[in-house]
Amino acid sequence: MAKSTIRARARLKGGTTTIKALITHPMETGQRKDKKTGKLIPAHFIQEVTCQHKGKTIVLAQWGPAISKNPYLSYQFTGAAAGDTVSISWVDNKGNKDSTSTKIK
Amino acid sequence: MKKILITLGAISIMGLAPLLATATPQSDLEEYRAYYFKKFPGIQLQDYGNGLYALDKARRFEWEASEEFPPYEEAVEIGEKLFKKYGLKTCFKKGGVGIKQNYPYFDKKTGKVRTLEKDIMACLKKKGIDTKKEKLKYKKGKFAAISAYMAYTSRGNKTNVVIPNDKRALAAYEAGKKFYYAKRGQLNFSCANCHVDSAGLMVRGNLLGPGLGQTTHWPAWRKKWAKKSAKKRGGESKPLDGLGTLQRRYGGCNKQVRAKPLKAQSEGYSNLEYFQTYMNNGIKLNGPAVRQ
Repeated sequence: MAKSTIRARARLKGGTTTIKALITHPMETGQRKDKKTGKLIPAHFIQEVTCQHKGKTIVLAQWGPAISKNPYLSYQFTGAAAGDTVSISWVDNKGNKDSTSTKIK
Repeated sequence: MKKILITLGAISIMGLAPLLATATPQSDLEEYRAYYFKKFPGIQLQDYGNGLYALDKARRFEWEASEEFPPYEEAVEIGEKLFKKYGLKTCFKKGGVGIKQNYPYFDKKTGKVRTLEKDIMACLKKKGIDTKKEKLKYKKGKFAAISAYMAYTSRGNKTNVVIPNDKRALAAYEAGKKFYYAKRGQLNFSCANCHVDSAGLMVRGNLLGPGLGQTTHWPAWRKKWAKKSAKKRGGESKPLDGLGTLQRRYGGCNKQVRAKPLKAQSEGYSNLEYFQTYMNNGIKLNGPAVRQ
């Protein structure tokens, strides 16, 4: 199994599940110039992040170039039980995607 | 009367002298710990392995949050891959897994202290690896990653440095102890000045960690080293950036007091590591760990 760009942790405490995720992605704004060539580095950033639990989309985030490199995402929701699976996936402006799933502890 | 008093005084001093002269490593260890237990009441022995995070709540909170996605995670994975790639397990007891608590040790054959890094390097050379070509240098990078992996497999094991009943071993210990308490550099500081006398105080923007427990979490991921390496590269951070061995830090500390640093894995630093780690016997290993 290839390594995912998303590292995720899901913890249940007092009825609330907290998901923390760290995504590896350059998140290039498209405004930076290459120091050596002087040319603009093309934009390459995540546009959409989806978080799902039991087939339902709990979080739909529309990101842009303002989100920094290797973004950290954290969200909380209720109504889940320990052992449930949550999944996180992203799509970027070049059409690349990745996803991961983790169990709630 | 005066003569009697003088002779009594001389006798009592001479009577005490043998007591003072019989400081053993064990008594040194107890005295060292007693100082910290008195200075920081309530902090448990095992928590000293966490250094400044045992002393400061705010920094501890930040550290515990960062442990969710530890910056050294990828470095340990790289270290494991390299360990397997070079076939290092045949050089070590238990295949090199969970053995770091026994380091440093005194090698009776050579009469010198051996650190884990020394043994790793010896193993690489034994395997015929071209360490220059592979860029395997003592203090950082890929070499430190191998050490970090081995430290990671030893987490939870209690520090167990042995000083055998050998004059040379005791001499190495004493040399390390002397180094620790000796003032050096233009700023005229000893290791003890900062980490014993001033433990818990600030030096510039950093909080000084207590000397007790300071060896348990090496190799360490230092945020300063990570920042420095990334800056050199023009801002891009890479997985091995913050990693460094204990002796890399010794060099840095010496430079900071404007003393000429010794070479990594030199006898002076290895004896120092021997003394320092012995002081932490019984404290669980928790490397690699994030520090400032």
